[in-house]
Amino acid sequence: MCGIVGLFLKDRSLEPQLGAMLTDMLVTMTDRGPDSAGIAIYGSGQAGQAKLTVQSDNADADFATLADDLGQILGATVALRRADTHAVLTLPAAQAQAARDALATLRPGLRIMSDGHSIEIYKEVGLPRDVAARFDVASMSGSHGIGHTRMATESAVTTQGAHPFSTGADQCLVHNGSLSNHNNLRRTLKRAGVRIDSQNDTEVGAAYVTWKMQQGATLGEALEGTLDDLDGFFTFVVGTKDGFGVVRDPIACKPAVMAETDQYVAFGSEYRALVNLPGIDAARVWEPEPATVYFWSH
Amino acid sequence: MQTIDLATQPLRELNSTLQAQSAQTNATAWEVLNPRGAHAIAVGLDAPIDVTVRGVTGYYCAGMNKQAHIHVTGSVGPGVAENMMSGTVIIDGDASQYAGATGRGGLLVIKGNASSRCGISMKGIDIVVHGNVGHMSAFMAQAGNLVVCGDAGDALGDSIYEARLFVRGSVKSLGADCVEKEMRPEHLEILRDLLERAGADARPEDFRRYGSARKLYNFDVDNAAAY
Repeated sequence: MCGIVGLFLKDRSLEPQLGAMLTDMLVTMTDRGPDSAGIAIYGSGQAGQAKLTVQSDNADADFATLADDLGQILGATVALRRADTHAVLTLPAAQAQAARDALATLRPGLRIMSDGHSIEIYKEVGLPRDVAARFDVASMSGSHGIGHTRMATESAVTTQGAHPFSTGADQCLVHNGSLSNHNNLRRTLKRAGVRIDSQNDTEVGAAYVTWKMQQGATLGEALEGTLDDLDGFFTFVVGTKDGFGVVRDPIACKPAVMAETDQYVAFGSEYRALVNLPGIDAARVWEPEPATVYFWSH
Repeated sequence: MQTIDLATQPLRELNSTLQAQSAQTNATAWEVLNPRGAHAIAVGLDAPIDVTVRGVTGYYCAGMNKQAHIHVTGSVGPGVAENMMSGTVIIDGDASQYAGATGRGGLLVIKGNASSRCGISMKGIDIVVHGNVGHMSAFMAQAGNLVVCGDAGDALGDSIYEARLFVRGSVKSLGADCVEKEMRPEHLEILRDLLERAGADARPEDFRRYGSARKLYNFDVDNAAAY
């Protein structure tokens, strides 16, 4: 069992409140997933710049001179904004891959949570309330975001096993369920050159979507593909730079509720997660159909 | 009318108060405010009382009901009226998966749609859905009636025993051992009564009946190779 929440804003005036609304939704889903929590938030990016969100178990030592050290290697200006065990590095977009490569030797203990123009991912082991507070998620603004509360089944309770997973620029995926063909698919995707860092089943689902989109599929087409190529139980919520999608496997035993108003599209594993959203009483509320892809974009 | 507001009173207090009502209680009408998707609202009741829940509930609303008449003005989460024994549960909105699962008696009415596995393993309950039902509805159904005024999803009545299934709209597919059956006068009577009690504006003559082909009841040696 896990909990998923998602919020895609149509009304830009709500953007400063995105983090606060997602935090409330996330904390409500604590009893579906008390062991870890995470959030992907799509905030403002700067033209020509990429953001790398990194995590370290030795944040003080690893982050102290990181911006200067990385900047020297890249020959570019790197800015660092720290939040607890995470830091967001801002650097020229053209050097995002070079930065990834450099970090592997510069700070081998560092984990890269995400990269892209606007995405930032924060995830840790612990109760959702505590995790959200460590990163002050409530103060974050953005256009859309996805959160996850984890009750682990397929891999260890670690930072790396927490959701969301990001396997491509500005992409992320969260999952409620378990995949049964992830080992085989992991091998196939790795051979195809897709980056997969953990032994977690969900990361393979995320990598699959990334791979399909690399082949030219739209987000909707990539999600359609999961119905044919992934075996197991899943409700997925995915984010891209400007999009937000939902798909459930054909058995659809993992719960899902959606709500839409003129101001937002919201997702919750349960209706409880949605009750504090503005105008929820007048929202269109429905249960997404099995084996049906839903997506929205800005 | 007694009112319990879940915005200020705990869920356990609601359930223990309702469960404490006897058959002779004078407090026969109850109203529950601000359910806000909470789980297990009005469960395990055993008295002929009327309970109106104003809003949307989470998992297992009205589970194990005996005698009580429970009315939810919004939608309900998974497992509404699970294992109901008697009484009535009416949902004005939609129901999530496995509505009425394992129910032994009473009447469950869903005025919107029910999603997957509606009436799974039903054992005598009557379920009337004004809208559609999702896939695998009436899976392993043993007794009772499932009435669907709209359409049914995939694998209706898979591995069914002896329940009666009535569907007015389309059936996407029938499950293993579920077949269409002749609608005889006694079935029209059962259906007429259920539609009337459920407040459904539909003619019994517009429905088709489905039930068990009874071919899975006994082991067939010709299938031995399949195991």
